[in-house]
Amino acid sequence: MDYGFIALIAGFALILLGVWGILTQKNIIKIIIGFSVFDTGLHVVMVGLGFIKGRTAPIIGESVSAYNAVNTVVDPVPQALVLTAIVIGLGVTALMLAYAVKLQGHGKSLDISSYEDLKW
Amino acid sequence: MAKNIAVILLLLAMGTLFYNLADNFQAADSLNETATYYAENTADEVGTANIVTAIVVTYRGLDTLGEVTILFLTAAIVAFLLKGNTSGVERETRDSSELLKTAAGVITPLIFLLGAYIFINGHLTPGGGFQGGAVIASGLILLLLAKPESKAATGLFAVVESISGLAYVALGIAGIFLAGGFLDNSILPLGKVGDLMSAGAVPVIYILVGLKVGSELAGLLAKFHSMQGDK
Repeated sequence: MDYGFIALIAGFALILLGVWGILTQKNIIKIIIGFSVFDTGLHVVMVGLGFIKGRTAPIIGESVSAYNAVNTVVDPVPQALVLTAIVIGLGVTALMLAYAVKLQGHGKSLDISSYEDLKW
Repeated sequence: MAKNIAVILLLLAMGTLFYNLADNFQAADSLNETATYYAENTADEVGTANIVTAIVVTYRGLDTLGEVTILFLTAAIVAFLLKGNTSGVERETRDSSELLKTAAGVITPLIFLLGAYIFINGHLTPGGGFQGGAVIASGLILLLLAKPESKAATGLFAVVESISGLAYVALGIAGIFLAGGFLDNSILPLGKVGDLMSAGAVPVIYILVGLKVGSELAGLLAKFHSMQGDK
């Protein structure tokens, strides 16, 4: 059991929790929170995939010399990707919240089941 | 009832998928080819101490430009959706406590300073433009909480955001003429790895990204804040 594997399991658990929240909650704000938890789970999984046992952060300094970085650092690529993904997730969350504000303004309710316009 | 069963079935299916993924997971014990290239060449080619920064700002700089664009689009769409306090009624706000007001006055400059430190040192330490920008936005939201009646300077946010966005693109285009290509950071001297004045254009780009993200997030938060209690 290294940290990468633990991160993988924790990330999958967060993803399942988030999907459960999105599917079962009635309050729109709680659905958005579910989405955020789902998103965070994905990030944890991605960072966990880049982990290599016994290695350190990809920053050249005292413990990592510029010419031995290959053998001392974890994979920097997933970390850079997660940095991007966090920002996109934030944008999506902000859009959903703005939409929730709009819905509340129109229908005076944050309960998803009171909006049946698109129900088939 | 049928809905609950469907939810449980879906979660079980996802769980099985994840179980298989985790079961077959083989932890890597060395870097793959791309990561090896980045780890070997970052110090010489980009001159940043933080390899993640080198990937985000220089190797995959175009992605970051797209990311900043997405954030800008989000801010624009939220501003469009939440535009106008149409009721015209002044919102009644309770005065915030003396404690909050005084503390906000003392702490906010420190928060701004920390945010600036984080994005100026983005090429040396963990952190960078997005993180520093988020810290700055958190300082602004503290100000909004302490003085709810104050009109947030949304016009100023828009100006800072536009100028830094334009300057980012201009720096990228300067790379085509002065260095190897779009967003190449060697238009400024690379310097010695680990120095504050190193890594070419990376610190400049991260300062611009920090300002842009900070003003964008602050604008977003101010928009949500102005909608609060609005019917």
